[in-house]
Parts: sequence; C-alpha cells; structure tokens
Amino acid sequence: MSKVRVLVGTRKGAFILTADGKRDNWDVSGPFFTGWEIYHLKGSPADPNRLYASQSSGWFGQVIQRSSDGGKTWETPGGGVQQGPGPMPAGESNKFVYDTSAEHGKPLTTHQWYDGTQHPWEFKRVWHLEPSFNDPDTVYAGVEDAALFRSSDGAHSWQELPGLRGHGTGPKWQPGAGGMCLHTIILDRNNPQRIYIAISAAGAFRSDDGGQSWKPINRGLKSQYIPDPNAEVGHCVHHIAMHQSRPGLLYMQKHWDVMRSDNAGDLWTEVSGNLPTDFGFVIDVHAHDPETIYVVPIKSDSEHFPMDGKLRVYRSRTGGNDWKPLTKGLPQSNCYVNVLRDAMAVDSLDSCGVYFGTTGGQVYASPDAGDTWAPIVRDLPPVLSVEVQTLQ
Amino acid sequence: MIQVVLPAHLRKLAGVDGDVKLEIEGPVTLRSVLDTLEYHYPMLRGTIRDHVTKQRRPFLRFFACQEDLSHQSPDTPLPEAVASGTEPFLIIGAIAGG
Repeated sequence: MSKVRVLVGTRKGAFILTADGKRDNWDVSGPFFTGWEIYHLKGSPADPNRLYASQSSGWFGQVIQRSSDGGKTWETPGGGVQQGPGPMPAGESNKFVYDTSAEHGKPLTTHQWYDGTQHPWEFKRVWHLEPSFNDPDTVYAGVEDAALFRSSDGAHSWQELPGLRGHGTGPKWQPGAGGMCLHTIILDRNNPQRIYIAISAAGAFRSDDGGQSWKPINRGLKSQYIPDPNAEVGHCVHHIAMHQSRPGLLYMQKHWDVMRSDNAGDLWTEVSGNLPTDFGFVIDVHAHDPETIYVVPIKSDSEHFPMDGKLRVYRSRTGGNDWKPLTKGLPQSNCYVNVLRDAMAVDSLDSCGVYFGTTGGQVYASPDAGDTWAPIVRDLPPVLSVEVQTLQ
Repeated sequence: MIQVVLPAHLRKLAGVDGDVKLEIEGPVTLRSVLDTLEYHYPMLRGTIRDHVTKQRRPFLRFFACQEDLSHQSPDTPLPEAVASGTEPFLIIGAIAGG
C-alpha cells in the first residue's frame, strides 16, 4: 500500500510525519537536530530513503545532514568521529566557498545592500536542497548570499556553479527581508540541461546548459518597490512551482502578484484575478493537473498574516485568474500565522494530497486536493519548510 | 589531557555527552586545541571557525581560567592550568537570545 512521508523543517528542529494512503492516522517522529534551524529537507527521487537536510544556526553556521534510511538515522557526510591517527579527515560537507577562480571569470564579489551601497558576498546558510532526479548522490543547494552549489558525492563536498553569480547583474541583486537568498531550484525531469532558480530579491533565472550559463527570466514582472518597475533584475520572487508534465509552464508567487509563464519564463502574465490579496509566499501545483494551483494569500508585506484572521487556501482550476477559497477544516477566526515560501507541498496519490505548515507550528493536510483540511500536528516550532514523499 | 567544554548544540552535533578530552602534542594553543578537536570531530569543522580563514565565528567566544581568550593570537600558549588539564577550555555561544 502507498505511504506518505512529510518532511518538516522548523526553527528548532526537523520532524517526519508518516501515514498510509488514507492519510488519516499520522505517526510523528522527531525532533531531529533539536535547537537548530532546519530551513529545508528533501528526499531524492532516485532513492526515497536518501534524504538531505539543511541545519543551520546564527552561532554555529551551516551543517548538512544526510540520511540513507528514510530519516531514521542521520550523518554529516564525511564527518564521522576520527578515533585513531591518520590524515586530516575532510569534514567539508558544510564548506560552501564561493568560486573566485580566474578561469571562471572571477565572479562578482559585491551586491546591493539595503541602502543601495555595494556589499561583499558572504555565505550565511542553505535555504533549499534539490536532489537530482537520477542520482541520489547529486544534489543542488541554494544559498544565502545568493548562489547555486552542487554536490555529486552525496554532499561530502560542494562546488559553486559560478555562471549564475557571474552573470553580470549581481551588483543589482539585493536582499529581501529574509536575506539575499536563492530559495527555489526546479529541475526538469525531461531535460537535464534545464534548471530554474529564483532569488529574493533578484528574480528568476534559467539555465539551458546544466547550470553553466544563465539568463534572467523576469520579463512581464512589475515591481513598484524598485526604481524601474520593469527592470531585468531586482524583483522579489517568493516562490516558483512547475508540474513535470508541462515543463514550460511556470507559476510564481511574487512579493505582490501571482504570475504565470507558458514559455519557460520568457514572458510572465499576472493571474492574481479575484484573489483578496495577491501578496503571499507559497505556490504549488496539483500532482495530476498542471492547471490546478494553490496559494495562501497573506494580507500585505507589512502584515504577514491572513486577511481577517481567516486561514484560507485559494485554488484555481484554470491556471490562475479564477480562484476559490478552501476553508473547510481551517481556522476561520483569530488566525494570524504565516505560511513561508517552502512550506507547501503535494503528494502524488490518486486523490492528490496538499500539505502546508505555518509559523504557528501547525501542519495541515488535505487528502482531497484541498476540499477538506485537518491538522496533522498543531504545536511544532514555527514551520520553515514542508516536503512530501509518496512511497510505494 | 585537555578538557574542552562545547556548547550544547555542538555536543549534539559531535555526539558527545560531556566534556571532550584531547591529547595534544606540542604547545597547547588555541590553534592546536581547535585543530585537534576538528581532527577527532570533523563534523565540527566550520562551526567554530571559518573553513578557509580559520577566523573564530563572530557569535562564539573562548574562555579559560575566568579569562576571555577570544581575541588573543591563535598561537599564544593557553594558561598552564588548561594545558595540564586542571581547568577546562570553554567554547561559549554568545548570549543573544534564540
């Protein structure tokens, strides 16, 4: 029988929630890595028991954890205890060093700071881990300050893909409220050469050569909070989602505005339609219908909570513009939580399950594509990320 | 044996319950203590000092014998009481909420 595993990253550790295909009786394991911020954890499509987790702390920096048994046990790749004499062990699974080599054109070393001055690039943490479709040992990491790294040895070591940061627009990239983070990585199952990423606040970029070179894909975005609202870069993209069966069709939740592109990001059109507010962080696509999408509208950029204290997921079955609120099982009064950008995911069971986590520590699940909701857990630390694995 | 007291987060990461005891050959300095610690516990590399520059992470401090040793040269000998193992070398996370 099918099984679902929900991977939850929080401000104070990670949790793994499992259920059978009915999704009505959940087992909760964790917390793992207690006291650490777990920005993201995700399983490999090539080996569902291979999980990667980004563990970080303002005091102690970045750690990468890896599991080979579905999250029962974890290790820091290459970082095991050294008992006897021998050469210095690598212990470099958390070593993210920007590539400044001459052969890669000395990628840019400054970006725009909040006050418009230039600021050096400084590594802070990994926001998002994206395992390869084909190889459990290959995984991409989106980091703050924004850059893309790749490991092909199971996260033992990391190399930057410097073409992105060296694209030439770096001095115009600037941090959003959460920092200058590369938070979205989308791989194309049918085209291994194509990668999409998004940076807050620089915008979306696409590579068609496996990450060597990149182009900004922000045409059609309008952002009133930057000097040129139609600029090539500088947009605060919050999240992008894609259905693997329609690889050129992208959906974006921007700072304000919900957007859609039918041509792999070459041009975006607004599909906010009848949403009560088009500010928000998450966006995701139904597992079986590329035209069914979900957002959680948030009141505004200064009031990060649902409008009127009502937690409502909005679903469009038409790829945007026409939205309906989904409320059954969600609190409809006095609810002032947020849903962060990586905190929504779907399973791929016949009746698509939709999941999201809140800054209030709830993880909600809908086994019927959003028609009804129930909390799996109510009192976790603030939820930073939610990912789902559908296991056979 | 040198006694090293780690903050709770790093004890969990290293998988140790109490103090870490290290045998150090040669002069006992900040550098030699941290090199030896990272040799035996490579998962701690990058969490106390930067991988490349070897600079102390800004929210960490080093104390011993009621002294703040955070800003001393990494090659300055640590107090004799630390070298002899009668006083611990403490790695402390700055008190800044969390």
